[in-house]
Amino acid sequence: MIKFENVYKQYDNGHTVLKNLNLHCKEGEITVFIGPSGCGKTTTMKLINRLIEPTKGKVLVNDVDISTISPVKLRRSIGYVIQHVGLFPHMTIADNVAVVPRLLEWEEDRIQKQVKNLLDMVNLKADTYADRYPSELSGGQQQRIGVIRAFAAEQSIILMDEPFSALDPISREQLQDELIRLQKDIKKTIIFVTHDMDEAIRIADKIVLMRSGKILQEGTPEEILRRPANDFVKNFIGKKRLAQFEAIPESEEVMTRKPVTILPSRGLAESIKIMERKQVDSLMVVDTKDRLQGYITIYDVLQQFKDETKRVGDIMHTFEHVIAPDTLLNQTIELMDEHKLPYVPVVKDDQTLVGLVTRGTIVGHLSDIYSGNEGL
Amino acid sequence: MDYINIFATRWKDLGSAMLEHIIISGAALLLGIIIAVPLGIYLVKTRYTWLRSVAFTITNIFQTIPSLALLAILIPLIGIGKFPAIVALFLYSLLPILRNTYSGFKSIDPSVIEAARGMGYDGRQRLFRIELPLAIPYLMSGIRLTTIYVISWATLATLIGAGGLGELIYGGLSVYDKPLIFASSITTMLLAIVIDLLLASLERLLTRQTTSREQSASS
Repeated sequence: MIKFENVYKQYDNGHTVLKNLNLHCKEGEITVFIGPSGCGKTTTMKLINRLIEPTKGKVLVNDVDISTISPVKLRRSIGYVIQHVGLFPHMTIADNVAVVPRLLEWEEDRIQKQVKNLLDMVNLKADTYADRYPSELSGGQQQRIGVIRAFAAEQSIILMDEPFSALDPISREQLQDELIRLQKDIKKTIIFVTHDMDEAIRIADKIVLMRSGKILQEGTPEEILRRPANDFVKNFIGKKRLAQFEAIPESEEVMTRKPVTILPSRGLAESIKIMERKQVDSLMVVDTKDRLQGYITIYDVLQQFKDETKRVGDIMHTFEHVIAPDTLLNQTIELMDEHKLPYVPVVKDDQTLVGLVTRGTIVGHLSDIYSGNEGL
Repeated sequence: MDYINIFATRWKDLGSAMLEHIIISGAALLLGIIIAVPLGIYLVKTRYTWLRSVAFTITNIFQTIPSLALLAILIPLIGIGKFPAIVALFLYSLLPILRNTYSGFKSIDPSVIEAARGMGYDGRQRLFRIELPLAIPYLMSGIRLTTIYVISWATLATLIGAGGLGELIYGGLSVYDKPLIFASSITTMLLAIVIDLLLASLERLLTRQTTSREQSASS
């Protein structure tokens, strides 16, 4: 866990790069710092391993003020991946990976085991690669080594400074995928600096968007895409990416909020009355706390009508498919299309029925959008 | 036949002159390395850029003084004999070693330095485990070049009474003893070649590595 408290950074020439920065990076998450060049994202990251010292304010790692820890000791406890890889050209791959464990004076057996494990993790065979030199590897392979080198001493915090920006697009995506895959197992606290919004959206648990030494907005990729704080954020994300998100409404906006419901304890005659009055052919069955139990159709009721002892609960069917209020419309349509559903109920996590998306409500919603747009 | 026999008849003189020669050039080189290598490293790391230009200007000036003139000018200052000769050769050795040390350290990819710092090498570990090994090819080529120069210039040192193989060459010249001139010159050349070969294998030993050698080859 990393905390910035009222951090300022001013250079000797009077240029202020960070202005009253307050930030909290959670344990086990990938926090991405993003912004245009000169926004202070790299400076902020380098404060964490004391490559840069704050002019004012405090940086805490696991609740310890890092200005009280010696920089060398601190850096050995924090993994560091830099943009230009920075492998040591005079050392073999194995020696490069083993750098921090050796500085920490691990036993040689343990180091060898660790190197092999790490090479396996990024699918580079130890037999083939351990004794090669960095110049004999491709750019993508080199940066894989750069990444595992940062994990080698089992550091819980990893700093990554635009680690994939110098790679070709294909290697870049591969490494992003590998990082996401690795992170699932290792759960490190990762601080990742980038200027590439696609990359940020792809890998971040939390995005911190910066400009001129200040945080403009922080949140999950979803939050930032849905609710950009201001025009600068909107521009930075880019119209295309926003359009993709804005155009797709959530089911909550499309559903009818007043589905016709009935309690399971009611009789069949009563259910027919309700259908008649509301002009519907099926009813949602809910308990007294509005939790969805199932549904009945007019067809079922008519078939069983003669049996007076039957109640709604006896003849109801349960739903195979329900959706949440924030399910996107395109997913809803896909679901309805795939399973040939006339409608699908919208329920909260506790199964409370909040609405119903039917083919009719979808058409209604679309006509709202298109007739609205014609006027513009 | 005289040219061959001379080695058999004068081997004692040749041997002791060669020893003197090695002592003079070796001492000058050693002094040069002891002063110029740390100075070069300091110049790379210092924040005071003016120091850099001052150091390079001074060593440049030493380099431009004609060798005979430098030897002559030292006589009133520190007299004659081996010591002034060593001082003069040492002054000559400074510039090439300093320049090569400086460019060797300058040639290190800044991202390598940043990685080393960020991973928790302290200053001394960074110097000895990262920077020095990477700068070695440059350093060694500076030292090899200087060695050849120093060995050849050391022949002039006899003019201020320092001895060495130069003494035999000049002795031979003054009496026009062609076999002696030949033998002492050949010995000087062989000395330079053998020492250069020794240094080359030392360099290979220090840099058993592909990249840094490629870098030095292209420089």
